[in-house]
Amino acid sequence: MNPFTTLTAAAAPLRAENVDTDQIIPARFLTAVTKAGMGDGLFAAWRYDPTGQPRPDFVLNQPQYAAAQILIAGRNFGSGSSREHAVWALTEYGFRAVISPGFADIFYNNALKNGLLPVPLPEEAVRLLLDLVEEQPDVQIQLDLGAQTVSLPDGQSYHFAIDPYRKECLIEGLDDLGYLLAQEAAITAYEHSNTKN
Amino acid sequence: MTQTPKTLFDKVWDAHVVKQDAGAPAVLYIDAHLIHEVTSPQAFNMLRQRGLRVRRPDKTFATMDHAIPTRQTEMTLWPADAAHQVRTLRQNCADFGLTLWDITGEVQGIVHVVGPEMGVTQPGMTIVCGDSHTSTHGAFGALAFGIGTSEVGHVLATQCLLQAKPKTFAINIEGELAHGVTAKDIILAIIAQNGTGGGAGHVFEYRGSAIAKLSMANRMTICNMSIEGGARAGMIAPDETTFAYLAGRDYAPKGREWQAAVARWRTLRSDEGAVFDREMTLDANKLQPMVTYGTNPGQGMPVSGQIPTPDQLADPAERRALLSALEYMGLKPGQPIAGQPIDIVFIGSCTNGRIEDLRQAAEVVKGRRVSDSVWAIVVPGSKAVKAQAEAEGLDRIFAAAGFEWRGAGCSMCLAMNDDKAGAGKYVASTSNRNFEGRQGPGARTLLMSPIMAAAAAVNGKVVDVREMI
Ligand code: SF4
Repeated sequence: MNPFTTLTAAAAPLRAENVDTDQIIPARFLTAVTKAGMGDGLFAAWRYDPTGQPRPDFVLNQPQYAAAQILIAGRNFGSGSSREHAVWALTEYGFRAVISPGFADIFYNNALKNGLLPVPLPEEAVRLLLDLVEEQPDVQIQLDLGAQTVSLPDGQSYHFAIDPYRKECLIEGLDDLGYLLAQEAAITAYEHSNTKN
Repeated sequence: MTQTPKTLFDKVWDAHVVKQDAGAPAVLYIDAHLIHEVTSPQAFNMLRQRGLRVRRPDKTFATMDHAIPTRQTEMTLWPADAAHQVRTLRQNCADFGLTLWDITGEVQGIVHVVGPEMGVTQPGMTIVCGDSHTSTHGAFGALAFGIGTSEVGHVLATQCLLQAKPKTFAINIEGELAHGVTAKDIILAIIAQNGTGGGAGHVFEYRGSAIAKLSMANRMTICNMSIEGGARAGMIAPDETTFAYLAGRDYAPKGREWQAAVARWRTLRSDEGAVFDREMTLDANKLQPMVTYGTNPGQGMPVSGQIPTPDQLADPAERRALLSALEYMGLKPGQPIAGQPIDIVFIGSCTNGRIEDLRQAAEVVKGRRVSDSVWAIVVPGSKAVKAQAEAEGLDRIFAAAGFEWRGAGCSMCLAMNDDKAGAGKYVASTSNRNFEGRQGPGARTLLMSPIMAAAAAVNGKVVDVREMI
């Protein structure tokens, strides 16, 4: 996993609540047996019309947001299906962080396992950020995972929460598997103490 | 000193914590792991890349459900990518020594229908699957939740997951369901009340007199949609209904072990005085058949009601969500939902593809005809459901009415195969998600119970099934 420490980048505003993982990547893109190519399916139904032409009014098709590495969206982002493909699609497309008032649990976990930083901020702050990036698409937003802050060029700054263990894993680029494999002795002992195992 | 009363969730959680380092999530042992063709291949790739084996091949069970066609066709005629996923799953199961319930065999179907049928799902277990509706298995008093593909790899390699402890949320449902009101209506009403994010970070425990009376199939319908309420999992304490369902199933304990297991399972209930982080109560007597009108499962209403208008919603975000949902759905604020024309009816899925669901739907359909304007399909949740339905003659009732009778799989629930609704079509569906495009690009889904869907098929529009039964 790629480590995440700080990021200063432009953001794209996605004014929608309850963005579910079927929107992030529709089921017809799940037929692959690898992770490659998922970025093409990102928000497919919103990005393209039925003939495959880009819909000019969708935020990711607007040139002023082409460089965005941060996505800002409404509440309950990533609800629905557990498909990790949604996170692979976002990261392959080029996003490194998502800001929302709240995330669905499975999406949140999947994001952390792929170096995509989920940033929960109060509803009011998200609304201000959405307004800001709509007015100034090139505004550079600074994410500092160590300090757990989102900062704007005018000095405004917001604190966000993250579990200390998850934070360390992201900063170091460590995945859970290494930690779990190191628990071999404890797992074996657990299995022996539970005869039904 | 007396022991602190524990919730059902706490009992199952505590019994599975292998290790808890300070400042780290718990290492949680997983008793049963279910996999399917769509969310597992990348996990096996990871095992190969890192030179790992499957730690406990006896605890992972595979089947194929999401991408497979439900019409009987030779695999050579399948879409190439679905066939490739199925072959990949076969290869992975062969290479790593896992049990596979293959489409060529007698046991196959939607993973959340087959697991319980085989008796793999048991009270007190931890059960995971790379699928959000793993919450279904909580109907047996298991702690069961969906995971991502990275975590599928973790379970394969270590039989454990790193998990932060969720909070608990008691949902008390008291009273008696009126005739024509079903388990599906209970869960749609809960989600309509709490919203799709309402359960985030929590595990639901459904309790109360209305739950105690439900069959296992109906309990599974409710637990299945816990994820639609945002919860990590949903649980119901096991009781005589649970034990009667499990007795004699392939993987259920036998003989003296069965007796011991039942004695253990009887302790799996929330203690008197156990404290939940949150609690809500629902009056079963007041429920009506429910229908969704929007693009998330929380946008549901009683069939006798009218679609809300934006000025009824105080919150601007909710107003925006309502307007964009109604625009997608082609429905108007204030419109009564009864009478809304329907083009397609889908009866199936891990929510409502069990034998009881099909029996109830057949009861409504019997001696009637599907409306000429409707394309209707029934997709049994598993081969066992299909065989049982055929033994009871349900297939003939459906066929005589004009329904297509299909093979087992997820089908139009997620439209990965060619069971798709066209753009703009209205689908009365017994599945669990009405997201934009879920049943095909541009398709418009109205979620409801199997008997409500059957009634919609016959009438070509949304009707109150209570007028027909
Ligand atoms: S039936 Fe639908 S919800 Fe259930 S596992 Fe299949 S795709 Fe998922």
